[in-house]
Order: sequence, then C-alpha cells, then structure tokens
Amino acid sequence: MTTSVVHTSRRPSSLAERPEHSADSPLSIHAMTVAYQRKPVLWDVDYDAPPRALVAIVGPNGAGKSTLIKAALGLVPRATGLVEFWGVPFKHVRERVAYVPQRESVDWTFPVSALDVVCMGRYRRIGWFRPVGQAHKRAAMACLDRVGLADLAHRQISQLSGGQQQRVFLARALAQEADLYIMDEPFAGVDAATERTIVQLLKDLRDAGKSAIVVHHDLQTVTQYFDHALLLNMRVVAAGPVEQVFTPDNLQKTYGGRLTLLSEAAEAVARAGINVR
Amino acid sequence: MSPASPQPPTWNEILRVLTFQGGYNTNAVLAGAAMLGLAAGVVGVFALLRRRSLVADAIGHATLPGIVLAFLTAVAMGMSGRSLPVLLLGAALASALSVACIFAIIRYTRLREDAAIGIVLGVFFGVGVVLLSYVQHPGNTGGASPAGLHHFIYGQTAAMRAGDAFVMAALALIAVGVTAALFKEFVLVTFNSEHARVLGLPFTLLDGTMLALVVLVTVAGLQAVGLILVIALLIIPPVAARLWTDRLPVLVVCAGGLGACSGYAGAAASALLPRTPAGSVIVLSAGSVFFVSLLAAPRHGVVATVLRRITLRLRIAGEHLLEAAYEHSVSRRGVSTLSSRSLRAMERLWGWPVWMGPIVVHGLRRKGHLRRTGDGYEITGPGVVRGARIARNHRLWEQYLRTHADAAPGHVDWSADMVEHVLSPALVAELEAELLAAERQPGRSPEGSPA
Amino acid sequence: MNLAPNIDLFPILAAVLAAFCCGLLGNYLVLRRLSLMGDAMSHSVLPGLVIAFMLTGSRAAPVMFLGALMAGITTVVLVELIKRLGRVEPGAAMGVVFSVLFALGVLLIERVARNTDLDADCVLHGQLESLFWPDGPARWLDVLHPATLAAVPPQVWTLAITCAVSFVFVLVLYKELRMAAFDPALATAQGFHASILHYALMVLVAGATVAAFEAVGSILVIAMLIVPAAIARLLTDRMPTQLLLSTTIAVVAAVMGYLGSIALPSAMDKPQVNAAGSIAIALGVLFFVAMLFGPRDGVLATAIRRFYLTRRIALDDLLAALYRHEEGSPITSRFAPKVYARARRSGLVMPGQDTLTEAGRQRAAELIRRHRLWETYLVHRAGISADHAHEPAEHLEHLAEPLPSGGPQHDPHGKAIPPGVE
Repeated sequence: MTTSVVHTSRRPSSLAERPEHSADSPLSIHAMTVAYQRKPVLWDVDYDAPPRALVAIVGPNGAGKSTLIKAALGLVPRATGLVEFWGVPFKHVRERVAYVPQRESVDWTFPVSALDVVCMGRYRRIGWFRPVGQAHKRAAMACLDRVGLADLAHRQISQLSGGQQQRVFLARALAQEADLYIMDEPFAGVDAATERTIVQLLKDLRDAGKSAIVVHHDLQTVTQYFDHALLLNMRVVAAGPVEQVFTPDNLQKTYGGRLTLLSEAAEAVARAGINVR
Repeated sequence: MSPASPQPPTWNEILRVLTFQGGYNTNAVLAGAAMLGLAAGVVGVFALLRRRSLVADAIGHATLPGIVLAFLTAVAMGMSGRSLPVLLLGAALASALSVACIFAIIRYTRLREDAAIGIVLGVFFGVGVVLLSYVQHPGNTGGASPAGLHHFIYGQTAAMRAGDAFVMAALALIAVGVTAALFKEFVLVTFNSEHARVLGLPFTLLDGTMLALVVLVTVAGLQAVGLILVIALLIIPPVAARLWTDRLPVLVVCAGGLGACSGYAGAAASALLPRTPAGSVIVLSAGSVFFVSLLAAPRHGVVATVLRRITLRLRIAGEHLLEAAYEHSVSRRGVSTLSSRSLRAMERLWGWPVWMGPIVVHGLRRKGHLRRTGDGYEITGPGVVRGARIARNHRLWEQYLRTHADAAPGHVDWSADMVEHVLSPALVAELEAELLAAERQPGRSPEGSPA
Repeated sequence: MNLAPNIDLFPILAAVLAAFCCGLLGNYLVLRRLSLMGDAMSHSVLPGLVIAFMLTGSRAAPVMFLGALMAGITTVVLVELIKRLGRVEPGAAMGVVFSVLFALGVLLIERVARNTDLDADCVLHGQLESLFWPDGPARWLDVLHPATLAAVPPQVWTLAITCAVSFVFVLVLYKELRMAAFDPALATAQGFHASILHYALMVLVAGATVAAFEAVGSILVIAMLIVPAAIARLLTDRMPTQLLLSTTIAVVAAVMGYLGSIALPSAMDKPQVNAAGSIAIALGVLFFVAMLFGPRDGVLATAIRRFYLTRRIALDDLLAALYRHEEGSPITSRFAPKVYARARRSGLVMPGQDTLTEAGRQRAAELIRRHRLWETYLVHRAGISADHAHEPAEHLEHLAEPLPSGGPQHDPHGKAIPPGVE
C-alpha cells in the first residue's frame, strides 16, 4: 500500500493552509460540527468530494448522513465549520447544486401535477415573478421523459407510486441542470425499475462530467453503483474510491460489531469480486 | 368586583383576599376559578399530547348555537329560557356534535385536522350568531328576554356564587378522579394509539372519554370565564407545564397546579383592582406563567437553551483551538507561537463568526492555557497538558466510534473532560491498546500523524 | 324583500370583496396546514384596535386598520417564536397566543375604552347590515359619479384595496408561493426564501382578516378563509382550478348568504337575521354538499364505487371458480344465490345449471389469464414463493391495468395460462 487511501481527518499541520482541491472539488467541508440540542451529531468533519464522480455516503443509523448534506446546504445550522462548493460559498452557486430531499419530506397530496413539480426545478432559472414559459415546460417534459414518466406528466402526484414519486423528484433535480446532485436516500423504498432508472441516470450524469453525492443505505449495492464512498459515523471514518475504502476492515469501523450487516457487506464485497488484501 | 378605588390596594387588602378573608363572594370566585383551572389543566394535558389543543377551541365556539337553541326550545316549551341546566345541556349537545363533525371530516375527506377544526368552528359559530340575532327580536321569542346569553362568550367570573364554586369543585373532582383512575389507559392511548388498539383496549371509548372531559370543562367553564377564555385555561397551563418536565405524571400535576394558581391569582387580582374582568385577568396570569416558563424553564426554557448552545459552541471552539495549538507546537518542536495572522486564517477555515475568535482566545487566556506574545499567542505549560488530553480524548473517541460503532454515537461525548467519565476504565485501556497498534501500522494510522 | 341598490349594494359588495380575498388567501393556509392561523389572528385583532385607539384617540378606519394589522403580525411572529423556542406544536402555540391577546383586549376595553363604542361584540359578530349608503344614487348609471363615490363607506374601500393587493400578490408570486407551500426546503435552497414568502403571506392574511372583520366579524373570517379552500380541495387536484373554485365558491356563498338572511326570514314574516352568520351557514351547506356529493372523493361517490366493485369482484370470483371447475378443480368457496342469479341474468352462466356460457367462459379465461400472469410475475420477478403468490394475485387479477407481459405458457403451479383475447 503506497499511499494512504484512508482519508485523514487530521487538520493540515500548517494551520492556515487550505486543503488542496478546494476549487475543483464540488463540495468541500472543513471542520464542520453540527449539534442538535446538547449532543453533537457530526463532529469535526473534513471532506473533499472528488470532481466528476458518484459518491455514496454510507453509515449506520444515526451516523449523521442526512444531517451532513442538510448542514452543507445550510438547511440545518452548523455549530462551526466551513462549507464550500467549488471553492465558493453555496449562495453564489445555488443554481449549480440540485438537492433531492427524502421522499417523505413533502405532502404528496398537494394539488400539483408531476410536470408542475419538475418545473419547480427551473424556478431559479426563471427568476422571481415571471411565469413558467413554454420553453421551460418543454425542458421539464424532457427531464420527465428521461426518467420514463412522460406519459404521467399531468397526473396529480398522489396518484403516482412511491417509485414514480422518487423519479419525479429526480426529474426535478435534472431540470435544474446542475453540476452537483445531492440526494438523500433516493433508493429508499423504490421498485426495481426505479432503482435501475436512478442508477442509469447517475451514470449518465457522471459521463456528462457532473457529480453526485448520494446518501445510501444499502451496503450490497454500493460497490456496483458508486465510484467513491464516504464512510460516516459521526465523523469521517474513511473516504476514497469504493474498491479501496469499502473493505471489511473499514466496514467494521463504520458499522462496528453489527454482525448481520457485516456479513451482508462481506457477501457484497465477495460478489463484486473485489480483491481484498 | 370591588368598588373602583383610586389607590392601589394595600398589602393588607391583598393578604386578606389571598387568604380567603375578602368576603363571601370573593371567596366563591377565588375557589371556583382555582377549581376550574385545576380541572382544565389536568384535562388539557391529554388534549395537548394528542395534538388537539384547538379542538377545545372548536368545542368552545360550538356551544353558542347550542345555548341559543336551548333557549329557544325552552321558550317554545313554555319554560324559562334562562334556566342554567337547560342552557348548559344545549351547549354540551352542540359541542359533542361539533366534535363528531370534526372527526367525520377527517375520516371521510382528505382534509387535515386543522382545516376540519376551522370549518366546524366557523360554521357553528355562524349558526350561533344568526340564532342570536334572531332571538334578539322580541317578537321571535314570545317576549322572553335573551339578555345575558352573550355572557357566555365573555363570562362573568365576578358573579360566581358559592353554588357555582361547588359546581367547579365537583368538576375538578371528576376531572382528577377520571384521569387518576384511567391514567395508564390514557397514557397508552395518547402515546401509541395503535398499540392501544392491538392490546384490545376500548380505544374509541377512552378517546371519547378524554374528549368528553374537555367538553365538560368547556361547558362548565363557559359561565365562569366565557367561551374564548376557557379555551385558554385548557391550552396554556399544559403547554407551560410541558416546558418544565418530560415526565407525564409530573406533567399532569404541574398543569393542574399551574391552572389552579392562574385561576386563584387572576381572580384575586380582579377582586383587588377596579374594572378588571376576572376572566381576562385569569387568562393573562396563565399567560404570564407561560411566558416565565418559556424563558426560565430549566431544560426547555429559552434562557437555558441559548446558554447551552453558546456554551457548547464556545467550548467546541476552545477545544479546537487548543488542540490545534498543541499539535502545532508538537509538530514544530519548540516553536509554540501562533501568529495573529494564522489564527485569523484558522478562524476563517473553521467558519467562525467574527465575534467568536476574541471570546475563545480570551477564555483560553483566562484559564492560563494561552499566553500573549509579541505578534500572537503562545501555548503555556498547562495549555500543553490540557491540549494533550483533548487530543488523546478525541483519538480515543475516534477509536471507539470505529470499534464499537453499534453502541456509538449516542454515547459519545466529545466534550467530556475525560473519556473515563463516560466509558469504563477497561474499555479505555482496550481502546488505547488498539490505538497504539493502529499507529504502529503506518498506512493504517487513523490519524496518520507521527506521534 | 328589498334589493334597492341604496340599501343592499354595499353590504353585498363588502361581503363579496371579503369573501374573494379571504377565499383566495385561505388556499395557502389550508395547503400549508395553517388553517387555524386565521382563527388566531382574528381573535388577537382586538387588543390591536384598543391600543391604536388608546394611542391616537381616534376611531378612524385607517388607524383601526393599522392597529389591527400590527396585532395580526404580532400574532404570527409570537406563534413562530413560541413554536421554535419552546418546541410547542403549532396548534397549541396559536392557542396560547390568541387567547392571551384576546384577554388583553377585553381587559383594555374594560379599563380604557369602556365608554366608546369599541366593543368586543362588534368585533366578533360583524355588522354587515350597517354598511349603508346614505346618499345612494337614484339610478345605477350614477354609480360612478364622484359625489356618490365619495359616500362609499371606508370599510368597502379598505376591502377593495386589500382584495386588489392580495390578488396581485397571488398572481405575481403564483409559482413562488406554490413551491414554498409544497417544498419549503427546495424553495430556500433555490434562493426563494420560504420564510420570507411565509411572512409576506401572513401579513396579507392579517390584512384580509382586519379588512373583513368590520364587515363580517372576526370569527366568521375563519369560515371565509378556510371553508372555500377546503371545498375546492375536495373537488380538484389542480392549483389553478383550486384558486378559481375557492374564490368562486366564496363569492357565491357571500351573495347566497346575504340574500338568504333577508329572504328566508321575510318569507316567514320575520325581520332580517345576521347576514355574516348566514354567509358562514351558506359556506357550511356548500361544504356539506361537496363532502357528500363530490364527484370523485365524495362520500356518496366512494360508497357507490365500493358497492359496484364488490359486486364485480363477487361475479368475477364466481366465473373464475366455475372455470377452474371445468379444469378439474373443486369449487371451494360458496357463492350467494344472488350472485348466481346475476351471472345468469347477464348471460354468463347457463340458466338452470352451474356451467359457463361461451361469453362467461371468455370473461373467465381473461380473468384466469391475468391471475396466472400475475402469479408468474410475482414468483419470477418479485421473488415471492409459489405457494404465497396466489393470494396477492387474487387481488391483482381484478385490476384492468397494468398487466404483466404475456409470454409464458404455464404458471408456477404448472397450470396453462389461457391465451389473450386479441
């Protein structure tokens, strides 16, 4: 092992020095601590996401995966820490970042159609006060088509299945034409067809030079779907290319003594044919 | 109500009223209001926990048509339209109907509770207003005067008689008795209704009992404080008590106590000060109790929360800085000075707001961990000791998260002075051994630092 | 019944304007589950009025409006603060705020403004009928004459302005409001600050509440805010339709209620009853009708749909059982004689005996085909074991859509799958 692939959470020894990739990295987090009430949920997280890659955030329940992305986007207040997207604060690059929240976060009986929801992804482009024009509607329609829901564009969203709702959210993110897609558990409770669609889309995005950071809970599929992984358990346990990070040893660190999960993961590693040293 | 007096009441007067020596009528009002507050507080707790506080609002407003209809019916049947039991029966029936309507709307449409409450409240009150305007024409009621019906809206606490006080006491007894007898069933239904159903409890009956208690208190309280203000007594004391405790039995006692105190204090103030309607003063005293609780409650109060948040933030920041300074001094043996410039750069990197740096540095200097030198700061002897301990703690915690993650995040307290305060010594020794082993393996080092 | 313009034009106009702007803004309250904010605000308006009166000594409409508006905004801010600081659930937070503010209002009236005609009754009940036009025009054509316009009651002007502002606000910020209501996190992440939009909306609701309460009384403002939006919610799934329907319903109810308050009692030789209350009743009646007879989700429509579905499923099950009987399996379930009778009447089962007709066999074959295709799908694609696949397939076979693609000849139990009809 020549270089340490295990991400070091150590601060650079020269105190004022900035971590290296800041300007290139779609998301860099420095010394971020997030606390609900008395207890910190994330402690001193340092992370630089690689550009043009699919990154999975993996960790046990309560490890702070969703909190990490919410705090990065400013939806949850940070106790300390600096978050930058391509080396600048979020507010300067809002249109380059698309966020896909968890499906349960909205009221699906709301009186809007699938197309309306997708159009919301373009509101930033359209700007204040102006109505949604035909060109934007066409763009939104194209995004719905990419997730295979063009036929259902005018359905009210409550009449869609769970997987279709997730795909609508995905289409909305696509409609933002962002460079970075941040997704919170997009695979949770979706059908096989939707899962395939999401994976294909992620690969297409990466091939188009975009990045995606995805909170993921299914250890079995991490190695198949993603290039990089961030193992999180209140702080960064390991980060790097999946085949190097996603080792039984690191999983032991992330998941501790959870034997069932561990055996599951070992199986996944074996199935993916990764050479474990 | 005492006659209007220009001077504020003397201490003597206040004492006399508070110790039930302020005359027969004042005593009745005081006792009645306190009893009503007790009943409403106890009953309101379960309404609050079932997220139904405002159902009481709808119930209160829905009594109006009931009262007027009861008046009209009584007049039509040749009885006196002002008979209290008849009016209260009307009020109770109408409010029961309103509750049924709310649940029907929730059950049969996709509208949520808030909309259902709003619809029922508005429409029932509308019916009440129309009926009220109808009875106000003497021709419509065969000469019976409806005067006094509108007292139900604002109440006349000051007119409470001893009989009313006994009614209130009976009410409080019922509320407390039923709650005490069915306490564990109520808790189950409130906390986990599905579980209650699975256990085979008569869920609807229990839920209905809770609502019936709310209706009872509302209807009985109408006379005393009026319909809008009885709602306040049902909502405010439980919400205030909720800020003080997380334990349900304590919560019920607290809410009842706060309600009783509000009723008692409000009635007393109203008796002492001229031209103060007792209902309003009672509600305002409940409101003040809430306000004080919101600010000063030990765990959930605003002051405690804000202090805790600031302390936590400063503490995290201080530990960060000291750990960094310690590592800085270790990595460059001997050079232990932190220039102001690099300090500012660090603050920027960590995303500190401008005000935080000076406070943190000041705190560390006061503890003697940092010392000012020409261009910046220098870590002192005690600072090195403390910094080393923080660094060790953090590494041990890291190791703990890695090896014992199944139990982890909940247990981890980064700010604990010593890991030993949280974890057993044996576990700490184990972690230390693991850490040492990990550090001997260069590529595997969790920290990668040449210690 | 007297509909002469000089008496009734203004009350109706005021009611219609109030209904329009409350009906419009109410949509966002209902959709954001903040219905009771209107309730809270309309109660807490009282101290605002009294304090404005105390400060200025005037009862002029603009002063009152401003005072009440301030009270409304205070309510929103306090509710927000209590919710956030005390982690109190929204309903309870509103209850605390409005009841305390209302009590404050009652106390202030008693202590300060006892001798003025500021009284809580008027705030609660509304005096729509008192909005008369002293120098009304003799003919409709004179309505726009400057002199007649000058005589328009100030309440009507306030309402008209509030209406116009609300209308423009909702029109211009249509898409922003919709996004902030649907997904506040996304709105904020995109730079449309959901909380700013929320406060702007709440200021308008406060304005509408205040403008309307002098005409319709503050409790009835709640009915106007919530009921039309709730009715529209039962009838449509489209936002534009929702807005259009709710305002239309509000206006219709306003006119209906007002005319009803005169016409119905006068038909019985009684004097007019409170018009604002009648409007609330009209809204209640419309809601009841929509709840029972709504075309898609109404109680009646649902019940009828369920009835026909149960009937069809019973018939289908009978046909399938007879088909399986022809294949050689015994009939295990019992069917009510009336199901047989219905099947014979429709010519699906031979009269007098328990065998399928040609038409019945075709329909049964189609059902069995669906059932077995589903079983195949469930076993091969969804990983359900063969002996557990029957039950879900039993439900799925009754769906017309979707159908797993055909292809296999036999189901997991080795039974033949009947070919499709076409």
